[in-house]
Amino acid sequence: MNDLTNTSWLNWFRLASPSTFYPVAGRLIPFFWILSIAFGLAGLWVSFFVAPVDAVQGQGYRIIFVHVPASWMSMFLYIVMAAWAGVGLVFNTRLSAMMAQAIAPIGAVMAFLSLWTGAFWGKPMWGAWWVWDARLTSELILFFLYLGFIALQASIDQVRRADKAGAILALVGVVNVPIIYFSVKWWNTLHQGASVSMTKSPSMAHTMLWGMLLMALCFWMYAIAMTLMRVRVIILERESHADWVQNLKEVKG
Amino acid sequence: MNAFFVMVHRDLLLVMRRKSEVLTALFFFVIVTSLFPLGIGADTALLRKIAPGVIWVSALLATLLGLQRLFASDYLDGTLEQLALSPRSFVVLVLGKITAHWLVCGLPLLILAPMIGLQFDLDNASLETLLLTLLLGTPVLSLIGSIGAALTLGLRGGGALMSLLVLPLYIPVLIFGAGAVYAKSVGLDVAGHFSLLGALLILALAFAPWVSAAALRIAIE
Repeated sequence: MNDLTNTSWLNWFRLASPSTFYPVAGRLIPFFWILSIAFGLAGLWVSFFVAPVDAVQGQGYRIIFVHVPASWMSMFLYIVMAAWAGVGLVFNTRLSAMMAQAIAPIGAVMAFLSLWTGAFWGKPMWGAWWVWDARLTSELILFFLYLGFIALQASIDQVRRADKAGAILALVGVVNVPIIYFSVKWWNTLHQGASVSMTKSPSMAHTMLWGMLLMALCFWMYAIAMTLMRVRVIILERESHADWVQNLKEVKG
Repeated sequence: MNAFFVMVHRDLLLVMRRKSEVLTALFFFVIVTSLFPLGIGADTALLRKIAPGVIWVSALLATLLGLQRLFASDYLDGTLEQLALSPRSFVVLVLGKITAHWLVCGLPLLILAPMIGLQFDLDNASLETLLLTLLLGTPVLSLIGSIGAALTLGLRGGGALMSLLVLPLYIPVLIFGAGAVYAKSVGLDVAGHFSLLGALLILALAFAPWVSAAALRIAIE
């Protein structure tokens, strides 16, 4: 019996319990913050001092070092959120639903940041804050999907129903994301509104790519650290009646 | 299959007993489309250009109005619980309710649309395309919308919340529906649009009733 509980498989499942996950997450948070800051400093140094000035776009192009990682993370986080929500729905694990709830606002912020920096980039490059480009439009719709998820969870009082309803919405959303993306893309090619294309960019200098990758890693680590911090707060809120929460140092003191 | 028809018949009967609710949604459709020329101006060329988009967007909004009532009264008086407990497949019953909703809120839009189209000075070819897109597209609206209606069942501010959930999911239907009419008017082939609308309909028909049934079970749990 003792042998069995010590195998790594069962230890993984042990983490699915909020009471064991809470201290583990607490120990992991500083680690991810350090990684995020380190990648961020390196990425910013590369993107501001090492990467060359773009021949066509001048200095203004440097906003992509924030813009592109934010867009990547906004899409990636939606998939992760839907995956956690799906796991929560299938296995009825409380922590998975909490993870999905914790990720949603971070993804929404990333989508918003992507739209905002995109507008700042578009104004000098295209002469317009906003064009109905396929990517911009689908990013906007992704932002709406995040808002819908957050609003649905927030308006249901019973935790169980909120988790399950949110999970269904996230899964429906994740099926729809590719459909929406392609429909917006075809709509765009049919209407030919803006004659600009972000896909046909000239091949990028290596240092630019490195700057972007480092910044993406920084955003990624930041998202993990923030998710863990948020999930710890959600655990405390939902499990406030439990003994182990009452006995925590930070709750007692 | 019998359960399906019984459900459709029952819902239609209930609607016939209280016609005003359905007529409200239809008048909403007519009024919203009539507001656009008043807001934009009576420039015939411009109106002809925006007509497909205006009619389609108004159709989305009119469908939303009807969706709020799709499960609400059955939820309040406990009928929905009995349906979920019945030995008949709950999915089939839900599909029956969705079908009844389409017959009441989607199909009449098809009858009204040519009239609205004439107000916007659409030619016959465009009108024909518009009707066919509405015929393929409005069932998708009812199907996808039923998921939103089920998820927000009995919540405070459910109606506004539902539009936030459902409208982003309606975008592909809007794009291909209005896009087909536009493509027709500039002389492009519209077969692709119809294939995609048909694909959306098949996808929605295959998944939406199951998802709605699951969401309803969560709501009445």
